[in-house]
Amino acid sequence: MFGKLSWSAIPVDEPIDMIASGLMVLAVLSLLAWVTAKGHWRYLWREWLTSVEHKRIGVMYIVLALVMLLRGFTDAVMMRAQQAVSVGPDGGYLPPEHYNQIFSAHGTIMIFFMAMPFIIGLMNFAVPLQLGIRDVAFPTLNSVSLWLTASGILLTNMSLVVGEFARTGWLAYPPLSELKYSPGVGVDYYLWALQISGVGTLLSGINLATTILKMRAPGMGYTRMPVFCWTALASNLLIIAAFPVLTATFAMLLLDRYLGMHFFTVDGDGNPMMYINLIWIWGHPEVYILILPCFGVFSEVVSTFSGKPLFGYRSMVAATMAICVLSFIVWLHHFFTMGAGANVNGFFGVMTMIIAVPTGVKVYNWLFTMYGGRVRFHAPMYWSVGFMVTFVIGGMTGVLLAVPPADFILHNSLFLIAHFHNVIIGGVVFGVLAGYMYWFPKAFGFTLHEGWGKVSFWCWFIGFYLAFMPLYYLGMLGMTRRLQHYDNPAWQPWLIVAAAGVVFIMAGILALIVQLVVSIRTRDQRRDLTGDPWGGRSLEWSTPSPPPAWNFAILPRVEREDDYWHTKARAREERIAAARALVYEDIHMPRNSPTGFITAFFAVVTGFALIWHIWWMVALGLAGALATTLVFAWRDESEFEIAADEVAQADQAHIEAYWAGTAP
Amino acid sequence: MTAAAVHHPTTHHGMPAASSAAGPAPKRIIIAYGFWLFLLSDIVMFSTIFATYAVVARATAGGPTGAQLFDPVNVAVETALLLFSSFSCGMMSLAMNARNRSAFYVGAAVTFLLGLGFLALEMREFADMVAQGATPQRSAFLSGFFTLVGCHGAHVAAGLLWLVVMVAQVADKGWRRPVCHRLMCFSLFWHALDIIWVALFTIVYLMGGR
Repeated sequence: MFGKLSWSAIPVDEPIDMIASGLMVLAVLSLLAWVTAKGHWRYLWREWLTSVEHKRIGVMYIVLALVMLLRGFTDAVMMRAQQAVSVGPDGGYLPPEHYNQIFSAHGTIMIFFMAMPFIIGLMNFAVPLQLGIRDVAFPTLNSVSLWLTASGILLTNMSLVVGEFARTGWLAYPPLSELKYSPGVGVDYYLWALQISGVGTLLSGINLATTILKMRAPGMGYTRMPVFCWTALASNLLIIAAFPVLTATFAMLLLDRYLGMHFFTVDGDGNPMMYINLIWIWGHPEVYILILPCFGVFSEVVSTFSGKPLFGYRSMVAATMAICVLSFIVWLHHFFTMGAGANVNGFFGVMTMIIAVPTGVKVYNWLFTMYGGRVRFHAPMYWSVGFMVTFVIGGMTGVLLAVPPADFILHNSLFLIAHFHNVIIGGVVFGVLAGYMYWFPKAFGFTLHEGWGKVSFWCWFIGFYLAFMPLYYLGMLGMTRRLQHYDNPAWQPWLIVAAAGVVFIMAGILALIVQLVVSIRTRDQRRDLTGDPWGGRSLEWSTPSPPPAWNFAILPRVEREDDYWHTKARAREERIAAARALVYEDIHMPRNSPTGFITAFFAVVTGFALIWHIWWMVALGLAGALATTLVFAWRDESEFEIAADEVAQADQAHIEAYWAGTAP
Repeated sequence: MTAAAVHHPTTHHGMPAASSAAGPAPKRIIIAYGFWLFLLSDIVMFSTIFATYAVVARATAGGPTGAQLFDPVNVAVETALLLFSSFSCGMMSLAMNARNRSAFYVGAAVTFLLGLGFLALEMREFADMVAQGATPQRSAFLSGFFTLVGCHGAHVAAGLLWLVVMVAQVADKGWRRPVCHRLMCFSLFWHALDIIWVALFTIVYLMGGR
């Protein structure tokens, strides 16, 4: 009746697991109770859960990402604590089978459920605003993407309470991940959670790429798009080209596990190395999917806070697109030790080093943008400068790893761990946090507390160096990754330093929480009435904060790069006179739809049933998903009208507030 | 968003007529473009399975090879059915453009039957192979074969379901714009399946049948 599921799936004999899952369940239940007690369900359902508005979907993505940052970081704390004490044959407090789940969950969560939703959230929020349009190409599909991502997150977290997670590392290499060596449900949780959220990511990529290529405001030519839009375009093209590879690869591993096929098994003439090739054909573009939009954020931030147009706009665009293409021909550097031969390794080593060239172009562009500018050091700027310093170090260790002979020594050592955390924390995390602090006032109408933002930056910055510089050294000493215990006492002092670094990062995360709480409490003093708190250059700053559902009362006509900056420079009177003469029309906006939420519900049911082999429930879940699709496919009208009067009133109010706020 | 909201009288400043000057594209273009991107991603997914198949094509683990299993006549008939179904799908699109319901129904019915015939032949081929002991569990080659061909077959089956829904929508709603957009996407999908079949026919049956 319930397949493999029984009461023994709940890990009652593992106290750490039980406490963690108890706390998680308690947190979720108290949140639900709070919403019920306050009577917010109706509001939540109508305004958020069924919303198809790109700004709200973006915000929900980022909320998911921040919550999962806490979860993934808890895993990191446990790992660092373990390695700080686990010298000797039975050191440490985590048994190996639990430790293995923790490092697997940490990687999976941080990449798929922290970094990806954060990036997609920022793109969803900012891209339509920057392009001067009212929504993305397929608003309901956007909601489906969000909720499929949430489904994957839910399944991953369920594994903490019911059953187990994969013990295979975050990419689940076979043959270890095959049924023979991982007979439990851990790998199935991993695979189905990522399959479901992967579909969401793919749909999101199609949606945003179509939006950028086909829906820009009048006059917004390619060379007038803000660089963030360019990097978002590159990132979404990479999603379209890379995520289907992940889906197919996981599907083949699932066929091995569920139907006894022999794609990646050792017997039956299967080929485990094929999996490793395929997973990195997805995996390497994936790191650029993450980092490119962050490069975009830094470009916006550096240009805005330096009060200058971005230096070398065209070279920035060219560098972005060069990285976009090159990212597909470097995957083999993840496994030079496979033994593909000197020529193959040489090719991929050289290609990898070539990627450093466009990246270097970008760093110089940011530096030259700041040069001669009147730089205002707000919190987003701190993250950006911290990124430039940190990322360059990470980039250089990456070039070192791209040399095949060096890689043979450093492969799978802590040097590698230090390298990719160097670029992912120093690049992606700093980037999304810069974007979060930069666009927060646009999303909510008040600025974040500057001081706490800077405290958070310094804690993260110092914490990062303390936590990861020792790992470079340990890697050179020969310490490999994923060790539950070790017998070389010389390593321990460095691991204790690394653990101290994690304490600093924890302080940085706490400072982020304090910043949010303080800012919400003092929101009345920090209202952004003009819609343009930073003296911005692109179109999102020409809307009120928060922007109305329709973003732009009248679609802007874009006449140059940094259009809004030049518009602002025009005389005030001219602008007001022009505003009085505006003629408004009715606006058609997409109607909210529960399709995404319901699809996600059936996706979770189906995924859970597949993981536990409950076949009748699989049939039920699939039937539900099919029915949802059919109902959605039968719709006629998916838009509603906002009257011109309402639009006019809101827009004139904003124009007056803007000129009142910037009065000389 | 409608095109009407974009072309606003007061917002014209005599812009040069660049392709991007027009603002957001009409809905039909946006939908078709998005669907093209989806099809591209689907083709990337197929190419992953193709690549894997190419790697395991000779990995028979001592079991039967393609040359022993494939029946060229069966495959030729399958191919003919699928290619003709693309033709009838094209006729169906023309009927849609002419707003001719009865021609549309005929085109849809022929497309459906040809697709169903294709699927039936494929299922029979699979059943024959399984009966001979050539199951997907037998070897990496057979895992690859069943997955690649089966994935295409699953797409055809999904297409048939989609076609039924579209016929029902035309019957129920007539030629409303959303219905026509969906039909346009369907026909793109159906032709893309043909392209994949041509690759599949070549790589699996022609190159593997020897």
